[in-house]
Amino acid sequence: MGATLIDVRNLSIGFAARDGAMLPIIRNIDLAVREGETVGIVGESGSGKSTLALAMMGYLKGGLRVLSGEARFRARDTFALSNRALEEIRGGDLALIPQNAGQALTPTLRIGAQMEEALRLHSSVPSAGRAWRSRELLAQVRLPDPAALLARYPHELSGGQQQRVAIAMALAGEPNALLLDEPTTGLDVTTQAHVLELLRDLASRTGTAMVYVSHDLGAVARVCDRVVVMYAGEIVLDGSARDVLRAPAHPYARGLIASIPRLDIPVLPEAMEGRPPRPGGAGAGCAFAERCPLVVDRCHSQRPELEDRGGGVRIRCHRAGEEVRSGATRKRTIPRQRRMDGDGRELFSLADVSISYARPGFIDQLLGRTSAGVPTVDGVCLSVVRGETVGLVGESGSGKSTILKAIAGLVPPSSGTVWFDGAPLDSHVDRRTNMERRRIQLVFQNPDASLNPRHTIAEILAQPLRLYLRLDAAAIRERSVALLDRVRLGPHYLERLPSQLSGGEKQRVAIARAFAAEPEIVLCDEVTSALDVSVQAAVLGLLDQLRSENGTTCLFVSHDLAVVRALVDRVVVLYQGRICEAGPVADVYAMPSHPYTEMLLGAVLEPDPDHAPVLLGEDVVERAPPAQGCPFQRRCHRKLGAICETTAPPSEESGGGHIIRCHIPREELARLQGAAPASPTRRTSSGID
Amino acid sequence: MTAASVPAGRSLFRAAELIGDILSRPSGAIGLTLVALHLLIALAAPLIVPYDYKAISSLLMLKPPSTAHWLGTDHIGRDVLTRTLLGGREALLVTTIATPIAVLWGGFLGILFGLSGGWLDDMAMRLVDAVLSLPKILFVLTAAAVLGAEPIVLVPMLAFFYGVPVIRVARAATHDVVARDFVTASRARGHSRFDIIMREILPNVRDVLLVEGAMRWSWMLLTFSSLSFLGFGVSPPTPDWGLMIKDASPVMSFAWWAVLAPIAALSTLIVGINLSADALAKALGIDRAQKAPV
Repeated sequence: MGATLIDVRNLSIGFAARDGAMLPIIRNIDLAVREGETVGIVGESGSGKSTLALAMMGYLKGGLRVLSGEARFRARDTFALSNRALEEIRGGDLALIPQNAGQALTPTLRIGAQMEEALRLHSSVPSAGRAWRSRELLAQVRLPDPAALLARYPHELSGGQQQRVAIAMALAGEPNALLLDEPTTGLDVTTQAHVLELLRDLASRTGTAMVYVSHDLGAVARVCDRVVVMYAGEIVLDGSARDVLRAPAHPYARGLIASIPRLDIPVLPEAMEGRPPRPGGAGAGCAFAERCPLVVDRCHSQRPELEDRGGGVRIRCHRAGEEVRSGATRKRTIPRQRRMDGDGRELFSLADVSISYARPGFIDQLLGRTSAGVPTVDGVCLSVVRGETVGLVGESGSGKSTILKAIAGLVPPSSGTVWFDGAPLDSHVDRRTNMERRRIQLVFQNPDASLNPRHTIAEILAQPLRLYLRLDAAAIRERSVALLDRVRLGPHYLERLPSQLSGGEKQRVAIARAFAAEPEIVLCDEVTSALDVSVQAAVLGLLDQLRSENGTTCLFVSHDLAVVRALVDRVVVLYQGRICEAGPVADVYAMPSHPYTEMLLGAVLEPDPDHAPVLLGEDVVERAPPAQGCPFQRRCHRKLGAICETTAPPSEESGGGHIIRCHIPREELARLQGAAPASPTRRTSSGID
Repeated sequence: MTAASVPAGRSLFRAAELIGDILSRPSGAIGLTLVALHLLIALAAPLIVPYDYKAISSLLMLKPPSTAHWLGTDHIGRDVLTRTLLGGREALLVTTIATPIAVLWGGFLGILFGLSGGWLDDMAMRLVDAVLSLPKILFVLTAAAVLGAEPIVLVPMLAFFYGVPVIRVARAATHDVVARDFVTASRARGHSRFDIIMREILPNVRDVLLVEGAMRWSWMLLTFSSLSFLGFGVSPPTPDWGLMIKDASPVMSFAWWAVLAPIAALSTLIVGINLSADALAKALGIDRAQKAPV
């Protein structure tokens, strides 16, 4: 390890409240990053991790002020530097890779122009050599055909490619340190895995120090040697990735890791109750005391110090030295509450449903042409039994949310029928009866958008009750209180507005609203992807409990394979709006699988430094599905040849209803995938590595 | 800010909290004070003016401010203070009635077009563009010249021309709201169109309309005064700021007081309204910079 590069000492940053009090966002941070070190800063939203990372480059977001301490870069206090000096450091020796590269790139400039600008500002490369150097940098981040890429605009690139360009631009000044602010959040799992491998590779090859800010412990585990856990603006645990992730010494870190759904443990993850304190609300004691399973009296009155416990481990906990680990953490054995109704009757089904967003143009309409290109969702058949939970998984653009909207009658299918309880449903929600609508309820991804910010919780819950059950005011109130109780919120929430609730609480209200209609089927669209991982665990548990108590059928859309594994009975894997594989959850997650499922499962990250994702195929994103043949033909790492391009794959069904749509016979797939490394050894892809 | 600016509970409580929030901002405190002062003066002026606004005197022509005439006298010897205190009444009366009418009809149509979308929306917006491209002062002026500058003529004219831009603002705000998931949720549950407008859309568009109304109010005041300034508005001897500015501007070089007083009165009112609108927008969490330019 080299010299200290970034040195943060006793740094506190806060903002002034309306009444003039200073509320801290981060408190007394001590953190040193040496040359070549890769440090992950993890924590939930609001933990101050981004504020800390930006402070390292002398940047404060609007309204924030340094309350105490300093942040040094190469022994220079970044908050004392002139703008001129900061400009030289930023992007040069210390570069930032932002979360959303698509927004960080200028949309009106070609990639080449943006690369050359970065080189002009932050390197000594003469103008004649910049084009060549740009190509070299793009090749370094493993972008195919760099020369052609220079002439492209950002919108012509996929999200993963944009993020790679942002990384290449950050490398232009040959930085000694990279700040990465959630660089893979928002990318598809397979793309994320590729970007992480690239970062990991860069760190080991160039010796660049990295500060990796993320809420995703799996991503941090993959890239970082050292992990810093933040809670309520404080560092609570600091140590090697292996120490922190495998044997977390702090109760918060332990809870955080236990709340992550794991692919290898098909049970619901443990939830952490409560919520972190607001800025300035931590009180005199330990900030985590309210939620801590190990809490003792001292924790409420005295703030623990960040103690050095040797071996590079620092921990902020009064009970750090004690042997309390056994018995303190609950075991992860809460089984999924299964309650199939048993009659096995089909509740609803999709019969050959196709959906096309593209409307035929005016001329086409005049000429009586109706079809407009390749549909977004094509020929989806799905049958769901009463009481069952079915998961729809796939990457963005796989049509999984579109299918839910078609069932809800919000996007009429271009062909095919939705059957419900033995009768066809009208394709348009307005033409369905009130009773039909009551039986199908939706829960949306983002509760900020799905709850009207102007309505109190009472009004939000009253809407379905009034509409479907025609209750009077007293009955509505009584029912609303009962509903809130079932999602574990007190009656005092009735008078609140959504803006006064946390993300998890909002999603509970949204779930309560869906269940208020006493539906027979609940359509869940990525219901936990906007939530923090500890909150996610609680919401999943709640959803599962409500579902099993009411015997509600549930269609659960998610991109997170581990979440789906924990919650559902049956899975449907979608690619570009076409079903690749479907079957009981255990069968789909076990080999043999469709090559696409294999790819997705391989890319899943685990919060374990010894787990390596298996990268299969290339990191490319398609825009339109192919007109014929197998939808997955362009990315498939097991492609046979011409047959995949011309003929739609047969659907091969085994006993137990496990369907794989692939030209490769099941036995052959089993043989191929059995040969593939299932053990966590590092295997790089055939394509780009 | 949004958490603080959206209090729970009854609307009366909400209104009180909102005014408190506005007053806690410097721009809001100054703006609201100015507007309140102007309204108070307009109401109380007949009781407090020191002289008869019509009283002419050849001996008192263009006298500078003195203890008897605090703001001096005009070109025919009338007391400037008296006429300034009374000079906003007509303008405030007309515009205060016309503003809510403009916001109501413009907002209603805007929400309707925003919700319907498609060709109706397209056609309506082109029509709005066409009306906006017309120089409205010409139409108001013609109407005032032909039908007389009575409130019964001016109120509908102003309400019409200043309601058209409200259509566009309301439509843009509705468009934003319609795309949000809570409207989709409401549609999926099967609420009626009317229910969706009243419960989901209106509460979210209302704030934008409130701010828009304040802005339209100040524009209407300017237009009304311009009309008088051009000689088509309030007829003499009724005191009016626009008219006073017109009468006093030829002698401005040596009798500055006669023109300064009505200018100060009109400016403080308009600045006051604008500052209040600004603070209102901030208190409601609406970023005026993001609003569609009209």
